[in-house]
Parts: sequence; structure tokens; C-alpha cells
Amino acid sequence: MVVMFGIVTLVFLLIHVVPGDPVEVMLGETARPADREALREALGLHQPLLTQWWQYLFAVVQLDFGESLHSRQAVSSVLLTRIPATFILSISSLLIAVIIALPLGMLAAVYKDSIWDRLAMVTAMLGVSIPNFVMGPVLILIFSLWLGWFPVSGQEGFGSLILPAITLGTALAAILSRMVRASMLEVLQEDYIRAARARGLFESRVLTLHALRNAALPIITILGMQFGALLAGAVITETIFSWPGIGQLLIESIQKRDYPVVQACVLLISMTYVLVNLLTDLIYVAVDPRVRLE
Amino acid sequence: MARLISIPLLILLTWLVLALCSPLLPLEPDMIALEKILVPPNWQQWFGHDDLGRSIASRLIMGARTSLSVSIIVVSISLIIGIVLGVLGAWLGGVWDRALVMVIDLFIAFPGILLAIALAGLLGPGLMNAVFALSIVSWVGFARLARVQTLTVRERDHVLAARALGTSELFIMIKHVLPLIMAPLIVEATFAFAGVVIAEAGLSFLGLGVQPPQASWGSMIRDGGAYLLIAPHMVLAPGFAILSLVLCINLLGDRLRDAMDIKEQTTA
Repeated sequence: MVVMFGIVTLVFLLIHVVPGDPVEVMLGETARPADREALREALGLHQPLLTQWWQYLFAVVQLDFGESLHSRQAVSSVLLTRIPATFILSISSLLIAVIIALPLGMLAAVYKDSIWDRLAMVTAMLGVSIPNFVMGPVLILIFSLWLGWFPVSGQEGFGSLILPAITLGTALAAILSRMVRASMLEVLQEDYIRAARARGLFESRVLTLHALRNAALPIITILGMQFGALLAGAVITETIFSWPGIGQLLIESIQKRDYPVVQACVLLISMTYVLVNLLTDLIYVAVDPRVRLE
Repeated sequence: MARLISIPLLILLTWLVLALCSPLLPLEPDMIALEKILVPPNWQQWFGHDDLGRSIASRLIMGARTSLSVSIIVVSISLIIGIVLGVLGAWLGGVWDRALVMVIDLFIAFPGILLAIALAGLLGPGLMNAVFALSIVSWVGFARLARVQTLTVRERDHVLAARALGTSELFIMIKHVLPLIMAPLIVEATFAFAGVVIAEAGLSFLGLGVQPPQASWGSMIRDGGAYLLIAPHMVLAPGFAILSLVLCINLLGDRLRDAMDIKEQTTA
């Protein structure tokens, strides 16, 4: 709650770090003084900072993010049209990351120090080191332009989701697989794993039911923490693929100097991140009965 | 330390030397040659020419200069701010420490690069603004680490002994605490360095970093995007440059961590 309050304050302050007068920046230097005054009035910039802050806080609680300077629409309705695209993209990337990372990390842990382990960890290292604005164009080049399997950009059905989701999911998959490996290695040394094996259980059952469940906690932690990086990465990924989500909206609004929309985008993404981390804590309890909510 | 001398280190040093010596090299990063527009890589120009006929090899080296100087500046600034605030917070305790923790928690609640994008966007495009925005975001990790490390070190016997001898607080912090907390901070700085290289290129890719005609790997990829089919080298060359640099820094960071025997943090 305190953090959310802080986030709103910081986002509010964002607009006031703009050097000089935001009104002047928005209207250009040639604007008439009367127009400037009108805009200043409309934005409430003539009031003292504290009053502005208070009003902003109050408005945000009511989900009122003001009006877009560009389209004159309510910012909240502009946001609403963009949320589904970003939601679909981030959830698909998350799924892809988990689908890649779990087997890769488990493989590396089970066959520790083997060629598979090395291969998996080299792949993970590459995945962390390749930024999405390199990954995206390379994927477009290979799979859209040369092979023609997927559309280059935009949002035309399922096919156009695949490349952006892979682009966005790569880094997370890499970080996650390292975490899965480390966490599995720790768990595999436990006595209950030896006990399960001694009872003659199938190795696959030991690994999934006994090991993975106990290794899940740190994996979920890292998933929650990295979700913020995923959301931020979505800004760049959406720009590469012209994916009509919040991230693309943010960059468009920055270019148009549409400050209320910029503020609202940053606020929305950060709040989502905070909520996801809250959710992670709740998942803990579901996964691990040893953890109790205070 | 001998284990650190390796191929990644050599590649990193090559980029550093190229960037440092770029004023001395016969480079023509802004030379527009209309007859060479989009010429693919060949024996004279290993990396070909871009959409204005400029030599991509020259622009890659100038890009390395941009990338490395931004990263070194940002990491130094945030390392210093982080250490000063983190150590002081842990040392003074009480209200100061609580205030620091609150600020750290607040900044961590933002996805880092998002705040940098918003800040750089609102401040207006430009390299100085990008450096500022990235520093604002990067100091937090160092401060958190420095604080936690200081908290464990300050209770040690040698600090107590120094205090009993009447050593001044500042001297204890610098002479008896700082050396003990440096190792994890240096490892963190290595990974932060890789992060800032990516972040700077990312900002430039979005048009929020360097301004044309100055070269950055990010802006080169952005410019090349439109010619992806006919001149893929425009994207691939800077792409591989970033990958090589970041990969090498990350590999070195891993080795450094192993060499200094620091446990991988789960809260990266």
C-alpha cells in the first residue's frame, strides 16, 4: 500500500522533472500566451504543487487519468483498448519461458557437469546476453522474411503472436533455467529424494513430484521478480513488432509529448508489477504449506 | 586471478582499445557516399555500408565508444551513490536507514528500464539525459547490496576493536568496512555494466539516446530495421557487436563471482 502510494507520487513527479515549462514544451515556443494560460489552467498547473499532487492522487484512486492531449479522449479508455494486447503478449511469453526453462534447467541439474548441462547453460548465457531489440529483428529476418512463416508485424491472428512472444520470453527463459538448475541441484541432495528413490519410484516421478515441487519456491520468486523486466521488455518488443499494446502506446505518447498518457502507462505497468509480486506471495502459500500468511 | 585471462576478456579489451583509439583510427563514421548505399559486406569493407553509404565498421567502433563510455560513467556514478548511501544508511541506522529502505523499495517497485524510458522520454532525447535516467535507475541495486553487506560487517570484532582504539567513524567505514564489502559490489557492477550496455542501446533503439549522426549500436539497429530484407547486415553487425560485448561481460562476471566465491543471489 505504501509502495503504491509512493509509485503514484513518483509518477506524478515525473512530469515535473521536465526541464522548463511543460506547457511550453507541449505547445511549442510560438504558442500564444492566451493558449498557454488556457492549457495551464486545464492541466491545473497554476495551482501549488501540493494541491496538484493531492488532486492527482485523488483522481488516480478513481481511475481517472485525465485526458489525452493528443486525441482528447479519456486516458483510461485509451488504456483499456491497449491492455488486452499486452496481456496476451506477456502471458504467452511467460508460458514460453516456463516451457523452455523447466526442461532445460532440470536436464542440466539431473545430468550435472555433463555435455547437456554445459549446452543448456551456454544457451542460457546466450539468452541473457541477447537483447530483445536484437533478437526481434533477427527472428523477423529468419522466420518472416526468409522463411515466410509468420507475419512481420501487427496483430493478425495467432501467427503474429509467436515471434513477439519468443522475443520477449527469451531473457526470462534464460534466467529461469539457471534458477531451475540451481534450485533442483539443491533439492536433489535432500534425504527425501534418496528415500523416494530407495522406495523404487520411477525417476520421472521422483523428479517431478518430489524434487520439482520442493524446488518450486525460488523458481516462483524469480518469476515474480522478473515479471517487471518482462513488462518493461514488452515496451521494446511491442515497438519492434508494431504490437498494439501499452508499451507501443507509451513510446508513441513520448514522441507526441502526450504527458498524461505517458504517466498513465508508467503507472499501469508499475502497478501491475506490484500486484504480480503480491500474487507471488499468495502462490507461495498454495505451493508450500510450510509458509503461512501472517 | 589468472583464470580471468581468457577469450571473453580479450574480446572486451579489444572493444575497449578500439573505442579508446577511435580518434586515432582512420574512421569516417559520418562520411556519406551515395554510390555505396546499402552495399553488402565485401573484402574492402568487412561490414558493408548503411542506407547513407556510411561505413558500418567505422560506425560500429564509434558505437562502441558511445556504449562503453555511457556504461562506464553510469556504473561509476551509481556505484558511488549506492555505496555512499548504502553504507551510511546501515551505519547510521534508525530514521536514516528506514528512509533509505523506503526509497530503495520504491525504486525496486518500478521495472528499472521502464523508469529510464519514461525519464529519458520526458527529459527529451539526448545522451546526457540517457546517462542521467540510467543512473537514477541503477544506483538502487548497489545501495541495497552495500547496505546489507555493511549491516553484517559492522558487528564484527575488528570494527569494535577499531572503535575501542578511538578511530573515527569515517575512517572505520572507509578503512575497515569498505574493503570487506567491495567483492560482491564489484561482481554486481560487472553485471550492471552488461545491463547498462543493453539499456543504452535500448534507449537509442527507441530514439531516446544518442541523436544522429552520432552512432550507437541501438540507433544503428533502429535505422537498419527498415532495410532488413535488402540489407540485413545493417542490423546483424551492430546486433552481434552488442551480443559479443554483453556476453563477454556476463561470462567475466560469472568467473569473477566464482573466483571471489560469492553465492549467486536469488534476488537478482
